[in-house]
Amino acid sequence: MSATDLSSLGRREFLRFSMLGGGGLVLATQIDFFGDAQAAVSVAAPHTEGAALNAFVRIAPDGTVSIAAHTPECGQGVRTSLPMLVAEELEVDWEAIRVDVVPLDPAYGAQFAGGSTAMPRCYTPLRQMGATARLMLVGAAAARWGVPPSDCRASSGRVLHAASGRSLAYGEVASEAALRPVPAAKDVPLKPASEFKIIGRRISGVDNAAIVTGKPLFGIDQKLPGMVYAAYEKCPVFGGRVLSANLAEVKALPGVRDAFVIEGTSNLLGLMPGVAIIADSTWSAFSARRKLRVKWDEGRHANDSWAGFLEQSTAAGAAKPGQTLRRDGEVATALAATPAARRVEAVYSYPFISHANLEPQNCTAWFHDGLMEVWAPSQRPSGGHDLIHETLGLPKDRIRVHITRMGGGFGRRLSSDFMVEAAAIAQRVNAPVKLTWTREDDLQHDHYRPGGMHFLKGAVDEKGALAAWHNHFVTFGNQGRPGSGGSLSPDEFPARFVPNYLAEMTVLNCGIPMGPWRAPGSCVFSFVFQSFMDELAHAGGRDPLQFRLDLLGDRGMVTTPGERPNGYDTARMRGVVTLAAEKAGWGTPLPKGRGRGIAFHFSHRGYFANVAEVTVSPDGVLKVDRVVIAGDVGSQIVNPSGADNQVEGSVLDGLSAAYQELDIERGRIVQSNFHEYSLLRITDAPRVEVHYRLTDNPPTGLGEPALPPVAPAIANAVFAATGKRIRSLPFSRTDLRWS
Amino acid sequence: MKFTLLINGQSRTVDAPADTPLLWILRDHLDLVGTKYGCGMGVCGACTVHINGVPMRSCQMPVSTAVGVKVTTIEGLSADGTHPLQRAWVEQDVAQCGYCQSGQIMTAAALLAANPKPSDGDIDNAMAGNLCRCATYLRIRSGIHRAAELATAKGGVS
Repeated sequence: MSATDLSSLGRREFLRFSMLGGGGLVLATQIDFFGDAQAAVSVAAPHTEGAALNAFVRIAPDGTVSIAAHTPECGQGVRTSLPMLVAEELEVDWEAIRVDVVPLDPAYGAQFAGGSTAMPRCYTPLRQMGATARLMLVGAAAARWGVPPSDCRASSGRVLHAASGRSLAYGEVASEAALRPVPAAKDVPLKPASEFKIIGRRISGVDNAAIVTGKPLFGIDQKLPGMVYAAYEKCPVFGGRVLSANLAEVKALPGVRDAFVIEGTSNLLGLMPGVAIIADSTWSAFSARRKLRVKWDEGRHANDSWAGFLEQSTAAGAAKPGQTLRRDGEVATALAATPAARRVEAVYSYPFISHANLEPQNCTAWFHDGLMEVWAPSQRPSGGHDLIHETLGLPKDRIRVHITRMGGGFGRRLSSDFMVEAAAIAQRVNAPVKLTWTREDDLQHDHYRPGGMHFLKGAVDEKGALAAWHNHFVTFGNQGRPGSGGSLSPDEFPARFVPNYLAEMTVLNCGIPMGPWRAPGSCVFSFVFQSFMDELAHAGGRDPLQFRLDLLGDRGMVTTPGERPNGYDTARMRGVVTLAAEKAGWGTPLPKGRGRGIAFHFSHRGYFANVAEVTVSPDGVLKVDRVVIAGDVGSQIVNPSGADNQVEGSVLDGLSAAYQELDIERGRIVQSNFHEYSLLRITDAPRVEVHYRLTDNPPTGLGEPALPPVAPAIANAVFAATGKRIRSLPFSRTDLRWS
Repeated sequence: MKFTLLINGQSRTVDAPADTPLLWILRDHLDLVGTKYGCGMGVCGACTVHINGVPMRSCQMPVSTAVGVKVTTIEGLSADGTHPLQRAWVEQDVAQCGYCQSGQIMTAAALLAANPKPSDGDIDNAMAGNLCRCATYLRIRSGIHRAAELATAKGGVS
């Protein structure tokens, strides 16, 4: 199967498809390393070949079945798992199909990668697409034979008529099938899970062969004939404007074609002001940038600093909160009535961190014939489309967005700043242009996960049950609104599970752009709340597992009117908590210096619990030995290989993030590259054991929900091992030495 | 300036400033984009290629110093994508986003060439310089073990 079947097409034919379909990327004319047959064209085939049964299914006369992968791929596996849904109901062999790329097009409905929504959004509709196409193929074959369709069935890409022993390949009837009326969804029965042949199989990613041979797949790999290369320098203080720059000097540097100022806008997440350098290679552009001298108006935020933010947060924590998010019972009374031994007061904090996609932000744009065509590694290409329209004033129908594979998403590429930058540059350049950010640009101009502080007070009653919970959350925002991932839902657990509950929030304004970071909000709230809960369990003299099970109770589904998506199912959460504890051997003794911690979290429709096992040496070195994680994402794991990869990666990403921090000084991000901003390396990757609890619920996504409970489980394990409580991120800020 | 390089067994001549890193020669001048830009300072490993069989960071190697050596990139690791590591990576579905994986494979290929049966510790030591933002490290470990098996079955890593 596959995307690499392109090699069977002649190059000329591929070029024609590329030009017609606009999918994938085009080619480089001057190269010829492998000879003509393997020129540097994208291996991602456009979805233009054969008869269209619907937007997702095309069948060529030779029988090649092409399935459109419409959702952007950032490593979450949707170019494999979503076409599996179509193929299952279409009755084709997985190995025989081809997975195509498609551009941004309303024909495909929503095309974005975010919120772990692809699977819940597509699980039924894409199966219907496959089933609908199958019915049309069966109908066409039956009509040709003059038999009732009900006497025919489909299997392995053929329609069979058992009574006569006749059969037709899909390719033989595809063009007739495409002309048949499309059956209504209610007339399209879907298979029972017991008959699945593709869904539920471990299937390797469709682009793996291209990945391991270095084929052009990613945004940064795009190349168009006559393309030039751009670098873009923005003010190190967010939102700062260009006063002047030595453009004449830069333009005279070797390989430089042009240099110009882009005025930009005041939108912190949009087109920032800056200086563009256009050159005949990436290196020429990067080199010229080192000679660029810009005088900036740094604006109002040139004195922002993380140290200052911490001071302001501490002061805000002691002051009257900005707003009340939720109030149940009487927290103050309950706290006052509880003896000190069963009360806990604690301040938790975490810094701003970066997404650090390994592929730096980039985008290729070509403004020609009044058309702005962009090739973008984007999680939300429609957002880029709209931002280009709004910022540059181009008509919506004169902007065309091609979607490329992404070298990591994690929420960063839900933003579209890099797309509008490329488009703004392309407007000034009479050629296709690829904008590539340096690593330094990427780290210092991210849309960051907001830092925050939680001022917590809690109490347990005489039976050891959680009786009171008060949180004053101090968060960061722009123009009074919390940054993405910086606002707390009034329903966030343990809200609704504590008789006396009060959540308050104060937003501190800053000039730092913020954006969604994998499991926004959840990725930090889980650390804070599941850690503080552990403190309360210990204050009540309770086993942390039993304390949590009692807290969840036996209330079934807990809902609040209007809540997204469907409330909090305590039975599902208890199920995964119990499963993780059991698989981890919860309760079996460990020597001093080793410990187990447990935590759970519900987000993105997924229920996850995990037990971390750690060793802390007497001199305070923390090593995570293993993480046992259990998840409930419904009745079906669509692709167990991809699913395990997501969960393992989420666990390790959760550990990695617990060591990350950015400093801010003079309105600037201090860290510039990976030598100062550490990501987890293989040497620190613990064993991860993944378990699923299948329940009778619709299948949901796995890109995010496994991550939130990881950090608190580790922190709780550290406490079990050493008696040291970690109350801030990164972990490295806490002295873990013990004796 | 003109430089003649030996890349994946072929002689290639490029015209570029002498300080251009081999990384950008490969990507922009020769369209061998399997070698990736990640950090530009030799700390992420995404740009790893072999220089005379030794894994090196192509972002740290000016083109002027790449003359007279044998350069192997991911595109030249095998003729048809059948190096044991490439087969193991596909079989075990190692990648998530896939961006770092050509660098991972190039580093791992040098490890296997020197140590056909590496332990987990050997793997961690050899691979510590290669970042994977998706954190596919567990599958990178198992993928290398699997490649070692495939290579043995086939009669060694070439």
